[in-house]
Amino acid sequence: MLELRGIDVFYDKIQALHEVSLAIQPGEIVALIGANGAGKSTTLMAISGIAPPRRGEVLFEGQPITRLTPDAIVKLGICQVPEGRHIFPDLTVAENLDMGAFLRRDAKAIAADRDMLYELFPILAKRRNQPGGNLSGGEQQMLAISRALMARPRLLLLDEPSMGLAPLITRQIFAIIQKINQEQNTTIFLVEQNANLALQTADRGYVLENGRVVMQDRAATLLSNTAIQKAYLGI
Amino acid sequence: MDYFIELVFSGLTRGSIYALIALGYTMVYGIIGLINFAHGEIYMIGAFTALIASTVLNILGLPLYAVLILTALAAAVWAAAYGYTVERLAYRPLRNAPRLSPLISAIGMSIFLQNYVMLAQTSDFQPFPALIPEFAFLEPFAAVVGSTDLTILAVSALLLLLLTLLIKYTRTGKAMRATAQDQKMALLLGVNVDRVISITFVVGSALAAVGGLLIASHIGQINFSIGFIAGIKAFTAAVLGGIGSIPGAVLGSFVLGLTEAFATGYVSSDYEDVFAFSLLVLILIFRPAGLLGKAAVEKV
Ligand SMILES: Nc1ncnc2c1ncn2[C@@H]1O[C@H](COP(=O)(O)OP(=O)(O)O)[C@@H](O)[C@H]1O
Ligand SMILES: [Mg+2]
Repeated sequence: MLELRGIDVFYDKIQALHEVSLAIQPGEIVALIGANGAGKSTTLMAISGIAPPRRGEVLFEGQPITRLTPDAIVKLGICQVPEGRHIFPDLTVAENLDMGAFLRRDAKAIAADRDMLYELFPILAKRRNQPGGNLSGGEQQMLAISRALMARPRLLLLDEPSMGLAPLITRQIFAIIQKINQEQNTTIFLVEQNANLALQTADRGYVLENGRVVMQDRAATLLSNTAIQKAYLGI
Repeated sequence: MDYFIELVFSGLTRGSIYALIALGYTMVYGIIGLINFAHGEIYMIGAFTALIASTVLNILGLPLYAVLILTALAAAVWAAAYGYTVERLAYRPLRNAPRLSPLISAIGMSIFLQNYVMLAQTSDFQPFPALIPEFAFLEPFAAVVGSTDLTILAVSALLLLLLTLLIKYTRTGKAMRATAQDQKMALLLGVNVDRVISITFVVGSALAAVGGLLIASHIGQINFSIGFIAGIKAFTAAVLGGIGSIPGAVLGSFVLGLTEAFATGYVSSDYEDVFAFSLLVLILIFRPAGLLGKAAVEKV
């Protein structure tokens, strides 16, 4: 479904990604793990067209999207929940959700999706007229994921959904991620520093170190790999 | 008492003109963090467009109301085209440059547009026709409020209402607010940020142009430099209210307009600017972010 072929991404003269290649099949949950500063967020920004690669190709369903603008990429069905959630603080919860559906014109289906998400996250329904900035961290993460789902993405990119959340809330969020994947058949590319949780949720995983993919395997295999356990799982 | 009410009307009239200009400053600042120094010139170009359009329309012999409405449309459209072009040529190429670069580009644009109009129209003041009709029903109150004042107030109120509806309820308005609050996130949701920025310039320029038409018709003459002082005053109003905030720009404009009216009315018109800027300094001492502005940390 998505393929990166040897992409190099630069911030001015600093190279953040070196020949990163990876592939995601339809219906999978794929995890990308790595230490702080490894280049995980950069990888997602390259896919979304915010940090376009200088070399290499990004393919979505076989078509190159490397030089497309961010809005064209969203239109194709790729939506990202960036690190730190980025809720619009002065828009209400309902308006934040509207922004997720910005490129859609099917008002009826949009309303139905909104109701579906309100059912999934009753707290959002309760707070629909409050500014997004008033929500707690966990509520904001639910809103951020819901907002992205309003775009009806076929590929959902999630950047550190567990960041700053209590373990209980994190577990809830990850359960929802699995539910979205199974019930809506949304393909998910999951970036996490919490490697343990990510690998328990995902089908497969990639390990990024200093901007390079250093390992890739089935998630269960990575979980039992002693080098991974030592470096990322704190075992 | 009549005198007091007259001053209130005069202050509100000034205030609403300032508001029509200040909105452009505050919306552009809110969305790209730029102080668009060329905005006063857009207002001036709106006034000149109105002069040319109304002259042609008057020769055609159209009724006064038709002339006023068509002139306002022409001024708004033409000034909007200028605002759009200035952004495309002078600001967009510098979107990722250091903050000072677009500011210098803006000052350059301001000087360029002034000189361009001066070369085309000379530096002499040119008479501007009275486009606003005299209402017979106002005659008994002529001492406190004139037809022009009332028209300026009514037109500004209508435009403010339309702008509020646009920003609050339309898809474009939501995209404008979202872009102002978090540009990268707006991009990630598929908002064409460049287009939203263009729309912001177009709307702000059109509002300023209508302001230019109204005040020119009130004062009766214009030249190439009228955008400078009006621009500074409106910018002051925007800062007073909290730059980046739309309600702030409106409030700041009325506070400034009323202050000037009372200073002129009770002290002397020589001190009008002294009072206006003293007020600005005072408010910024006690509320550095302006009356309705947010603490400065938010805008990075
Ligand atoms: N906007 C930016 N400008 C310059 N350097 C950046 C920027 N964003 C990230 N970097 C650098 O790129 C590298 C990868 O960062 P990032 O992708 O955020 O890593 P991760 O998400 O894995 O923590 C880091 O060295 C970081 O300092
Ligand atoms: Mg990151």
